[in-house]
This record gives sequence, structure tokens and C-alpha cells, in this order.
Amino acid sequence: MDNLKDIASQIRRDIVRMVHGVQSGHPGGSLGCTEFLTALYFNILEHNPDFKMEGIGEDLFFLSNGHISPVFYSALARSGYFPIQELSTFRKINSRLQGHPTTHENLPGVRVASGSLGQGMSVAIGAALAKKLNNDSKLVFSLHGDGELDEGQNWEAIMFAGAKGVDNLISTIDWNGQQIDGPTKKVMDLKNLPAKFEAFGWEVTEMEGNDMDAVVAGLTKAKSLTGKGKPIVILMKTIMGKGVDFMEGTHEWHGIAPNDEQLKNALAQLPETMGDY
Amino acid sequence: MLNTIEVTGNKDTRSGFGDGILEAGRDNDQVVALTADLAGSLKLQAFMKEFPERFIQVGIAEANMIGIAAGLAIGGKIPFTTTFANFSTGRVYDQIRQSVAYSNKNVKICASHAGLTLGEDGATHQILEDIGLMKMLPGMTVVVPCDYNQTKAATKAIAKFEGPVYLRFGRPVWPIFTKEEDFVLGKAQHMNEGKDVSVFACGHLVWKAVEAARILEVKGISVELINIHTIKPLDVEAVKASIQKTGCAVTCEEHNIIGGLGDSIAQVAARHNPIPIEYIGTNDTFGESGKPMDLLVKYGLDTDNIVAAVEKVMMRKK
Repeated sequence: MDNLKDIASQIRRDIVRMVHGVQSGHPGGSLGCTEFLTALYFNILEHNPDFKMEGIGEDLFFLSNGHISPVFYSALARSGYFPIQELSTFRKINSRLQGHPTTHENLPGVRVASGSLGQGMSVAIGAALAKKLNNDSKLVFSLHGDGELDEGQNWEAIMFAGAKGVDNLISTIDWNGQQIDGPTKKVMDLKNLPAKFEAFGWEVTEMEGNDMDAVVAGLTKAKSLTGKGKPIVILMKTIMGKGVDFMEGTHEWHGIAPNDEQLKNALAQLPETMGDY
Repeated sequence: MLNTIEVTGNKDTRSGFGDGILEAGRDNDQVVALTADLAGSLKLQAFMKEFPERFIQVGIAEANMIGIAAGLAIGGKIPFTTTFANFSTGRVYDQIRQSVAYSNKNVKICASHAGLTLGEDGATHQILEDIGLMKMLPGMTVVVPCDYNQTKAATKAIAKFEGPVYLRFGRPVWPIFTKEEDFVLGKAQHMNEGKDVSVFACGHLVWKAVEAARILEVKGISVELINIHTIKPLDVEAVKASIQKTGCAVTCEEHNIIGGLGDSIAQVAARHNPIPIEYIGTNDTFGESGKPMDLLVKYGLDTDNIVAAVEKVMMRKK
């Protein structure tokens, strides 16, 4: 577990350095989901960094809220999908690390483009159905923003997965309560989110998303709930900007980059554990 | 060649799709059919009966259907999505753009009830912009077959082709006048050799163009009739060769003249050989309720309109 926490610290360094390096990108949600991506790629997923698109016999992960690409790219690079030095090309011209993830530049680890919100759960369901058709017992994981649930396509997908019993799918909602224009309660109140998923026929669990022990335990529990006729959702409570004190808990750092001084301040809070890129 | 074109029956093109996907499903167990509550309209009954495990009912949720198809393609499946053309394209443009086209997924978007000949349901369902929407997407192949046999052939051909495809067909019973084996994806189909004018047509209007060419032949006008069933990628060499020979062209489509087949032909002409062109298609308008044939007449997409357009474009040539 200490090892996972060390990796998370390095990934957070990568996130703020990537966003600072190009003076654009989305640090807030990336920092909030760092424990989740770290636990997934370094503990939970049975995956092969020698990337193959079809992913037969592997667990698959789909990032629907593609704007948190910094944490996704860092987790992929740090787990061996591509050279960590490539993180320095984030959002720059001729890079495979586009602002939002894409298959178009053939970056290993990415299976579908995301960024235009609300599409990832449908794709994850399709991949889960393909696994069933292929008699492949591995699982499909997906991550979605809570603000992203404003998009109606999610509810089409949530209805489908519940109705059809897509029980090899574990979807996680980053339940940080923030979106671009402010708190979700003000912009579009999600009301009783657990009850909503339950009503659609999902197995609902909750998880503290910034506590590494809780994340590993929560994902492990979710895996144990698969194969029982219901899709699984993890409502993951996180703090946007977690790990950098001046970015924490506010939508203000959804999509802006730190300046030189802020970077220095942020890095001082995040031990370098695996070597910077 | 005009005199060898023979009507061998009458059937709707959507039935060609239904029969084609059944054969594609028998040929390749990776073929999966999805529908958004329109399995009957898309003639999927036989496929559903033979391959129930490869049929996915998504309900009235087209956006979700496109996304699920993209996910199935990731797992090596060859998903065919089915609904009306309007709900296959305009309703789900961004889903197709991001999850299918930009992500280069091997998804076949199969669209029935395209154009005015949908008939009585009216303009909410009669999409006349879908060819344009789909051909603008990088990497998208756009296929508009002309009759039952060709739709069946095209359905089987796209199952073997790797990459995203938009396949457009329709509702009305229509003459069958081509042979399955004459369809080659991406290759223009020469229906008649001629020297005075090139007529490029797609979909239902290929038959109307055949009728027009016969009338024009009697009038002493030699029509080169080319069926452009694959609008993208366009068989540019065939278009160039024909307009080089004839020096003028008429394009015929059941679609807005803005953004459709006519624009694709005009772009080839503008780049390689500027010639006069007349367009048969709807002119920046929505459709309306009515019988299919009455609508083709009202909106200027009938045989007589093609004859008149040919005579006009030949005047412009002189």
C-alpha cells in the first residue's frame, strides 16, 4: 500500500508538471482521481501494457471524462504503456498525448476517444457485451464525472446496463460535487444519486476516493459483486484538486494551469518517488 | 446497354439490407446487429431468429446504440446499427464523430427510410442532409445503393470492409434492375455508355435516371449513366473520364443539393475539368407528408425533371 501511495505522489507531480508545461489542461479532476487510477493500473486491473486494441483476456478501462487526461496519461506511462518522457509532449503539436485522449495518434492504452462528455459508458457496455460474446471472463471498468451525468446518453446507458444485466461492468462516478460553472448542487442537482442507480437496477457501492486503502478495498469489493446479474457502480467521493492545498475543493482549478510559483508550491507538497520525467 | 437493363422484380431496398445482413451473419460470426426499436422496419427478423445471441435490442436510445457499437468493435465484433436515417445520423452526429469516426471503429451505420420516399410520416423523419453529414466525417465511407439487389450486395460487402461505413437505403417498393455481382464497393457502376452528357445518380434516383435516359435516347441524346453508389470515397477517375468525354453533367439524388452527391461531383469538376452541371435534388428545403411518388414530383426529383435538366445542361455546353 505504501508503494501505491508513493506512485500516487509521483503521478500527482506528473499532473501538475504536464499542465504547467503547456499552460493548459485540467488538474482539478486529475488530482482528485489519482488514487483511483493508481489503484486500478498498479493493483486491480489484469492488463497488458504490451497494448492490443481488442484486449482479449484482459480487464479494460474506459475514461469517459476525457478532460482528466493528465492522470490517465501518467498512469499509462508509469505502468509501462509508453515512455514516461513522452509526458512532456502533453497538448503540444505533433504529440500522441492530445488534450483529450484519442486512438487517432495510436497512443497505447487508449481504446476510444473521449472528451465530448457522456459517451464512455455506452462504449464500455459495448466492450462488456463483446467480452460476453467472446466468452472472456475479464471485466470492464469505466470512470465518469458527476457533472458528466448531466448528459442524457448516460441515462440511456444506465437504463440499458440495468435492464440487460451487464454484470461484467464496474462504472465509477467521480462524485466530487464540482463542475465548471460551480458546485453540482447549483448547476444541476444530482439529488439522490444512489437511489437513481438503484432504481435502474444497478448494484450501488460508495467509496472514499482519496484514501488509497479504501480505494483498493472498494474496487476489490466491486469485483466480487460482478457476475451476479447486475452492473456495479461505485460512487466515489473525491476532493477536486486533492494533494495540492490551494487547488483543493474548488471548481476554480477545473481547467487552469499553475504558474511558475504555484508549481513550485505544489511540487513541494508532493514527494518525488519514482523520478520526474 | 440501356436496352439490356431489365426489371427483374420489385422490392424495397431495406429488404435487401435484411437479407444481406442474414447472409453476412452466416458468413462471419463476428457480425452483430443492433437496433433502436425498429427491428421490424429494418427487416431484421430473419437475423434475429437465426442469431438471437448476436442481436442487441437497445430500445429508443440511438446515442447509446452508437456507443455500444463502438465498444463491440473494440472487442473485435462487426456491429451493424439499425434505425431510420434521421435517427442514424443527425440525432447522433457527435456520437458517430467521436466514438466511431475519430476513434476509427469498424461500425456499420445502416439507415433505412432515407429521403422523401419515406412518405407520409413527413419532414421530421425524411432526412435530406444525411449524406452530407456523413461524408464530411474523416474516414467515413458512404454507400447509397439503388435497388434491392445492390443493397443486399452492399450490406455483405461492408461486412468484409474494415472501417466505419454509412449505408443508406429506403422504404418504398422499387424496381430491381441491377445484379448483386455488379456491385463493387468504391467503384462507379456504368449503367450506360454515352457521349453527350454524364448523368451521375445514387439510390432510388438511379432508376429514374434510367427512365430519363431512355426518353432522351429517343430524342437523339446519348446519355452516359453512372451509378455512384459509393459517394465516399468517390471513384474520381471514373468521374473525370466521363466528364472529359461528355463535357457536361447532371447529378441526381434524393437529398439536399447542398452537401450531397452533386457537390462531390462538382468538386471533381472544379478541380480537374470545369463543366456545366445541373442538380436534381431537393433545394435547401424540408420535405412534407405525402405519397412517395407524389413527393418526388412535387420536389422536382422525377424522370421528367432529369430529362429537362439534361436538355438544359446541354444548352449551357453550347
